[in-house]
Amino acid sequence: MAGAGGGGCPAGGNDLQWCFSQVKGAVDEDVAEADVISTVEFSHSGDLLATGDKGGRVVIFQREQENKSRPHSRGEYNVYSTFQSHEPEFDYLKSLEIEEKINKIRWLPQQGAARFLLSTNDKTIKLWKISERDKRAEGYNLKDEDGRLRDPLRITALRVPILKPMDLMVEASPRRVFANAHTYHINSISVNSDHETYLSADDLRINLWHLEITDRSFNIVDIKPANMEELTEVITAAEFHPHQCNVLVYSSSKGTIRLCDMRSSALCDRHSKFFEEPEDPSSRSFFSEIISSVSDVKFSHSGRYMMTRDYLSVKVWDLNMESRPVETHQVHEYLRSKLCSLYENDCIFDKFECCWNGSDRMVERVQYFKL
Amino acid sequence: MSRVASRKDRVPRGSVKGPGMMLSKGLKRKREEEEEEGKEALAVDTWWLDPGHPAVAQAPPAVASSSLFDLSVLKLHHSLRQSEPDLRHLVLVVNTLRRIQASMAPTAALPPVPSPPTAPGIADNLLASSDAALSASMASLLEDLSHIEGLSQAPQPLVDEGPPGRPTGGAPPSLGALDLLGPATGCLLDDGLEGLFEDIDTSMYDSELWAPASEGHKSSPEDGPGKEEAPELDEAELDYLMDVLVGTQALERPSGPGR
Repeated sequence: MAGAGGGGCPAGGNDLQWCFSQVKGAVDEDVAEADVISTVEFSHSGDLLATGDKGGRVVIFQREQENKSRPHSRGEYNVYSTFQSHEPEFDYLKSLEIEEKINKIRWLPQQGAARFLLSTNDKTIKLWKISERDKRAEGYNLKDEDGRLRDPLRITALRVPILKPMDLMVEASPRRVFANAHTYHINSISVNSDHETYLSADDLRINLWHLEITDRSFNIVDIKPANMEELTEVITAAEFHPHQCNVLVYSSSKGTIRLCDMRSSALCDRHSKFFEEPEDPSSRSFFSEIISSVSDVKFSHSGRYMMTRDYLSVKVWDLNMESRPVETHQVHEYLRSKLCSLYENDCIFDKFECCWNGSDRMVERVQYFKL
Repeated sequence: MSRVASRKDRVPRGSVKGPGMMLSKGLKRKREEEEEEGKEALAVDTWWLDPGHPAVAQAPPAVASSSLFDLSVLKLHHSLRQSEPDLRHLVLVVNTLRRIQASMAPTAALPPVPSPPTAPGIADNLLASSDAALSASMASLLEDLSHIEGLSQAPQPLVDEGPPGRPTGGAPPSLGALDLLGPATGCLLDDGLEGLFEDIDTSMYDSELWAPASEGHKSSPEDGPGKEEAPELDEAELDYLMDVLVGTQALERPSGPGR
């Protein structure tokens, strides 16, 4: 497994220090392609960290209980569960292989002892249940301790099986498979605040699913032009509002963000709000559009703001102001003079994610996967 | 759950190699070395990397270097050659190419300082052919994917694809490769296909087989997108393809704990 790094960019002040807490996996150049991490996601409480890799595997880390004798040390994360989420598939109609690479993982809000997450590759979303087992039953009537069935005629007395402790076993089982709803590559999934529905977005469409229903999804956004020759813009990310279950946003390759209200119509082709910062004429170049392409969009926990990531900067938007962001943070401005080289070696097309920390002070997560 | 053994290494993308080397190819190249290199040489003109200005030139450059244009065309063709193009990459490259071409075209009348070696007319042809290739590829994608859409999408208006049997007059010649063969309706593929599938039972999760009447219409999409021309299919091949598809359907039907 290849390691992923983190960086920080606190909003309003430099009182935070950032450093690597742990590095997991191989820190050398000899990393198998399948082990390259393609996505990471913390659970809501932060006690679990899920990673997906190019080989279709999901590895979940759990934070250890903080040691009372070392109160100042941060909880370490250790492997909790590993499972194969997606396998490569072959699309017979198009004679194409569908990659098993995990594009996104999203945790469902915890409702019981078991944990649930959604993981997706380019075409198929799966709901996984992760549950712990630390007890096993002993003393069955119809089978003995080896598991062999006992002859019912020989049973003369009944006993009640008792639960005995065992080594903790973490099981992952696929509960739902949501397939065949996307013709283009899925880039985002987002669980709704109603805890019943979620959205999945590909380059041109966004679909709405119910977590219990796998054979049907509803298309809520469709930007595919009638004539594909007219295609100039694709969807790059999408997310539901954290509190208003009818509101979602999606970003585009042209650096715009559209907010849609599902109550207005069944097909949200007309946005309710349109966020775009006017181009700065002094820094315009042939690569302006590429570097303005938004690679990630995240609502703040409060739901009042959203954060977008493009190639060089992170922007914080107030949902009540569409004309420009309220904050802009240059992440690696030194790259601006090297855009031509970055275009040549395709690095300019790399995508980054961003996320807020618990108190809505901004955190930026750099994800160059081959460190 | 057991771990799956790591797969055989695939060819990594581009030039990104080791830690912190993401800019290796671009940054380390010196200008004098560029002239020695062959087709991949990027003649970075001075006004791109003016050391006096950390940002790019204050005014937008009037003319792009021809090598930037060539590079973009290369990227476009490379992207189109993929079996399944990355749409985001594709539209970004196409839009960038259009910007470059727009900046190059007006300079034909001006003193050539610097002038692109290819005349704007050729550039236009290149972009037109890129557009044609793009449109052909897009139409090919559309053709293949619209078939799947008809099977799996939620109720989707088909009218946005245009009426079937649209006259071919306005279409670029390269779209000829996608003409519907077999029981020919004589119409071009991309818009006509949607109408042909209206009578098919598109519910993937019923156990009914596809209506026999539709078999004849399936010749083109089932050919596979990789082929430039669609060879004629006879009845036996159509039946075989139907069996494969139906067999696939049966295999893919979800079962077990997910339900």
